[in-house]
Amino acid sequence: MQLSRAELLKAYRLMRTIRVFEERVHDEFEAGHIPGFVHLYAGEEASAVGVCLNLGDADYIGSTHRGHGHCIAKGCDVRGMMLELFARQGGLCGGKGGSMHIADFDKGMMGANSIVGAAVPLALGAALASKTLKRGTVAVPFCGDGGANQGGVLESLNLASVWKLPVVFVFENNGYAETTASSWSIGGGSIAGRAAAFGMKGLAVDGTDFFAVQAAAADAIARARAGGGPSLIEVKLDRFFGHHEGDTQTYRGPGEIERVRRERDCLAIFRRRVVEAALLEAAELDALDAAVALGVDGAVAAARAAPPPDAAELHTNVYVNY
Amino acid sequence: MARILSMRQALSEAFIQAMEADPTVIMMGEDIAGGQGAAGERDAWGGDLGITKGLIGRFGEERVLDTPISETAFIGAAVGAATAGLRPIVELMFVDFIGVCFDQLLNQAAKFRYMFGGKTMTPLVVRTQYGAGFRAGAQHSQSLYSLFAHIPGLKCVIPSSAYDAKGLMIAAVRDDDPVVFFEHKVMYDSIRDEVPERPYAIPFGEANVVREGDDVTIVAIGRMVHLAREAAVALAREGIECELIDPRTISPLDEDTILDSVRRTGRLVVVDEDYPRCGMAADIAALAAEKAFPSLKGPIMKVTPPHTPVPFAPALEDLYLPNPERIAAAVRKTLT
Repeated sequence: MQLSRAELLKAYRLMRTIRVFEERVHDEFEAGHIPGFVHLYAGEEASAVGVCLNLGDADYIGSTHRGHGHCIAKGCDVRGMMLELFARQGGLCGGKGGSMHIADFDKGMMGANSIVGAAVPLALGAALASKTLKRGTVAVPFCGDGGANQGGVLESLNLASVWKLPVVFVFENNGYAETTASSWSIGGGSIAGRAAAFGMKGLAVDGTDFFAVQAAAADAIARARAGGGPSLIEVKLDRFFGHHEGDTQTYRGPGEIERVRRERDCLAIFRRRVVEAALLEAAELDALDAAVALGVDGAVAAARAAPPPDAAELHTNVYVNY
Repeated sequence: MARILSMRQALSEAFIQAMEADPTVIMMGEDIAGGQGAAGERDAWGGDLGITKGLIGRFGEERVLDTPISETAFIGAAVGAATAGLRPIVELMFVDFIGVCFDQLLNQAAKFRYMFGGKTMTPLVVRTQYGAGFRAGAQHSQSLYSLFAHIPGLKCVIPSSAYDAKGLMIAAVRDDDPVVFFEHKVMYDSIRDEVPERPYAIPFGEANVVREGDDVTIVAIGRMVHLAREAAVALAREGIECELIDPRTISPLDEDTILDSVRRTGRLVVVDEDYPRCGMAADIAALAAEKAFPSLKGPIMKVTPPHTPVPFAPALEDLYLPNPERIAAAVRKTLT
């Protein structure tokens, strides 16, 4: 399916927003403005955006500890996200979630999740709700190569198959679970290859190729929506930063980080491709770059200025009623 | 005319009434119907002890879902479904099995409302069998409810009567927070009492004063309520009047009813089937020590199993469990 100009512009804007957001979070974290643990998604943008471009607000996604990109791609407010990372009032979760636990259910974002693989069973539940209530929506759990080896994730592949749920499992294989290479940790060598064992279609796509991700996701999501059951997509990509901010990345090979930034940059590849094919013009992309930068600047300024949560918030929202 | 039901019948009626009242209520678990995909009967078991028998026939397999043996996946799915518009009742066949799936309650269901700043609710009921006395050994006999009561964000319900089982189950399904509902496996048929036919909800955090008395307060949980009642009857013959309190829910816990009673009697015995370390007995004892200390006239006594796994041999399991004699002895000790 050919994407419209508007869709291409949206895809670029979202990918660019993720990149700029993450680079800025990197700087703000280094400057000591962001507390806690932060895991950056830069380099992986084509996965979140390529998948979520096929989803509406009523569709659900589950996410990971590396969830900023999924949030932005699913339509979460960037300013609310930045306030959340800064632990300020007005954050998407009132400053009580942080980088690893941002959620926005109005946008179908079930939450970043700092327990590896845990969002996958949760997303099955969203798919089950869709099936039970006949909503026609789908659920997409994002999971990493590390999470691919969690028992609950493997259980979920089976359960989704048994219950024929409208789910698309997206495994983002960025090569490392923390420091451990996925080439070592994935028994059998292929996450996509596991799909066959559960009776579902599985394929691996190059995560630097937005169009390949988008097409694979469109196909799998359409199948799920039509009642054709679950599918699995393994997206092979690279992270530009460490596992978390502060990771010295000594486990990566000599020159590896520079090479992936030079040769495996999905945003640069997208831009080159759409300009060369005359689908979009460089000038309009430059204009988007400027608008995105302004937006992220504004988000940071707002986050710096906002107060922390009130002390009373310590006790609120433990329960609905208690 | 009074209608007497077993706890099994009362729970079954609660499920039916809750599911009839709200089409978003679904039920899931291992063999809760049974025979899925097999050549023989559908609804072959209705749960491993038959508690959910008949539900699939009444509500269909879209609302009564058998699962593979995959507790993490299906309890996680229940948690996720609860955030997405359903009210699942999910069965963890034995509470002992929490070991394979705890994360979905500990880090997921319990945390969502708080860490997402109140943006979602998780109206989920996890039903589970607990308790010793079935000669089922160390991995099918534990109580473990203290583990759940420990966690902010979860509610814990432990009924001791058929009446309470029905009213608390209906309340649990209507509740907007994740609730863990403990059913003692030896009580399903042995406990029978008057249960109204109409649907009714018993509010959480309201203890039931089972028996009034001025000499000693006994707080007993779940099946222990019945053993404590036996002890109280025996003690009454000696002229010792015990006030017996059944908290019914241990999270939230009705601190006021317990403390008011202790302030009046000055003496407290807590009877708990769960392990003694970091358990509810210790928690309730600490509550009284902290908030009713000036009223105390004797040592607070705990009657619990020893700090051991649940033994298999009947001779040992009988020794392991609290009994009316041990409870009575604890009452006498706090009076001396």
